[in-house]
Amino acid sequence: MLRFISRRLLQMIPMLIMISIISFIIIQLPPGSYLHTMIAQMHAAGEQINHELIEAIKARYSLDAPAHIQYFNWMKGIITRGDFGYSFEWEKPVSLLIWERLALTLAVSVSSLLFSWIVAFPIAIYSAVNKYTIGDYFLTLLGFLGLSIPNFMLALILMYISLKYFGTNVGGLFSPEYVMAPWSWAKFKDMLEHIWVPMVVIGTSGTAGLIRVLRNNLLDELSKPYVVAARSKGIGTIRLLFKYPVRLAIIPFISTVGWTLPQMISGEAVTAVVLGLPTAGPLLLRALQSQDMYLAGSFTLLLASLTIIGTLISDILLVLVDPRIRYE
Amino acid sequence: MNANVTTPEVIQPNEETTTAEEKIFYATQWQLMWLKFKKHRVAMAAGIIIIFMYLVAIFAPFVAPYDPDTRHRNAALAPPTKIRFIDENGFSFRPFIHPIKQEVDFTTFQRIYVEDTSRRLPIRFFVRGEEYKLFGITTNIHLFGVDEGAIFLFGTDRLGRDMFTRIIYGSRISMSIGLVGVFLSLVLGLIFGGISGYYGGIVDGIIQRVIEVLRSFPTIPLWMALSAALPPDWSPVKVYLGITVILSLIGWTSLGRQVRGLVLSIKNEDFVVAARLAGTSEPKIILTHLIPSFMSHIIASITLSIPNMILSETSLSFLGIGLRPPVISWGTLLQQAQNVHSIVMAPWLLIPGLFVIIFVLVFNFLGDGLRDAADPYGQ
Repeated sequence: MLRFISRRLLQMIPMLIMISIISFIIIQLPPGSYLHTMIAQMHAAGEQINHELIEAIKARYSLDAPAHIQYFNWMKGIITRGDFGYSFEWEKPVSLLIWERLALTLAVSVSSLLFSWIVAFPIAIYSAVNKYTIGDYFLTLLGFLGLSIPNFMLALILMYISLKYFGTNVGGLFSPEYVMAPWSWAKFKDMLEHIWVPMVVIGTSGTAGLIRVLRNNLLDELSKPYVVAARSKGIGTIRLLFKYPVRLAIIPFISTVGWTLPQMISGEAVTAVVLGLPTAGPLLLRALQSQDMYLAGSFTLLLASLTIIGTLISDILLVLVDPRIRYE
Repeated sequence: MNANVTTPEVIQPNEETTTAEEKIFYATQWQLMWLKFKKHRVAMAAGIIIIFMYLVAIFAPFVAPYDPDTRHRNAALAPPTKIRFIDENGFSFRPFIHPIKQEVDFTTFQRIYVEDTSRRLPIRFFVRGEEYKLFGITTNIHLFGVDEGAIFLFGTDRLGRDMFTRIIYGSRISMSIGLVGVFLSLVLGLIFGGISGYYGGIVDGIIQRVIEVLRSFPTIPLWMALSAALPPDWSPVKVYLGITVILSLIGWTSLGRQVRGLVLSIKNEDFVVAARLAGTSEPKIILTHLIPSFMSHIIASITLSIPNMILSETSLSFLGIGLRPPVISWGTLLQQAQNVHSIVMAPWLLIPGLFVIIFVLVFNFLGDGLRDAADPYGQ
């Protein structure tokens, strides 16, 4: 087991390097740079240009150097000092801006994942046991509907309903009085009261896929001889179902974490913009639009790394849960 | 003699059944798939709806009553026009509408629209309206409309433009971007997946790693980053092409994996080995033996990936980093509904989203049916 994990960890290294290179290329793609725009704007506004600051930033991140040297400097900063660069727009080091937002992104994504599991699980079992009944068709249609509604639209509809019929605004992740407050138990509880909207919105898009996979797996299992034998011996449906077939069919829940997590983080990015969540999505969008390159690059890098780690965790869990899978 | 005369009559029905059976025995793979697909009623219905929607998109200028950029004066944010058959003056077989008048509500100081119930404007088909050009023909006949006044099936936007017209025109962009994007992904997926599966070894390893890395990027942030990199001074057409390329950049990876798996499973089948032993060149083996035998699976899975492309385009355009106005797509139309207050004021601005949902839904159903039909020998 340890060997398996350490080998997987080693495999992650080249992938992480490639991800960092791609992230860097992406932030280099747009023509011009924020620093140029900033200087031009200051000129236009007739402001005093802080040459020392600009020179200091340029020297620290060697912005005049060729791209590959900039890349190595950026990487060196991240690995040795945990320094992700400097956000020109916020005039703060990137590392001060990202961690809380990333943590909230993770919180929203993971709770959406749990939500889609909790919803998909009973629906899939019901659909598989009562296949080709009206209930099955109805639930399948519901799942498809969740898949077809763009996240942002569901968010808008929920906001519309709550504003129109309950007079409250469900946007944001905190009540106004907690937005700037330091973390406390009360703030955490406040967050739990708000998190359900993004959770439902993002979770519904992944539910349909899960239902299909689980239903199909369960259908395969249900027609196997051991199930027929158990049934002929008179074991009750519920007990029989949960004794073996469901345990086998549940494996996809774990094995799909790897691709559901990026999907959730993706969905989170759009939903967060609509709902005004203080997570990575809106800040990333803003950073991309204003060419705040280090901020945008760091977010892309870290979000992609998160999914790699998610895949690793799902692989390890899979080996733990399913004794039929070998470490090789 | 008698026996001889009757024999043909006895054999006749027999022959018919055997030809019917023979039809199935001798049916090509594609005919079998069609037979199986026809049984999938939901998928058939979905297919018909899709064809209908594309026809509407092609004949958009004819179906839409107005030009998408026409601004109707004194009709900004007008609600959908109610189509009536009955009013206080009685029943009419021809549906009609009442003209609307803009007034100000003196308690809230907001614009409201009041129907003038004293007048009826009958809805007519094939009415003459604004001129347009379709397939080189200039004409002014529209599918439906009213002689005077205006009809807004889905209301109007902030500038008084007819939403129905704009949605119809927007379907041209939204429904084609998925096709173009999927076509690009198909080409990339076939090339890289094919090479990966057919040659194996180091090439396979490299391609698989690249796919893994690309897939580990959360798509929307990556798309956001790439579309933000499109220069703002690009023309709408260039942006459109840029977005499709960006969408297919990730889209090809799942196709590539599938193609690889399919190639791996059939490259050692007898008929391929026979072709190889007979000295057929490798490109020819790939083109004439491998690709046709898994094309049906590929078609099914690209059908299922079109909705994703449309959802992505809509999301990107909605965020303002995809297509930009004046380009009309469902995504850019939804930009007007970006905050909840404008929706409370004008809920009909969300109607383009309804079309996205319908389109994505029917494509999913069609893809589902195609996937079942793709393996006609199963069961």
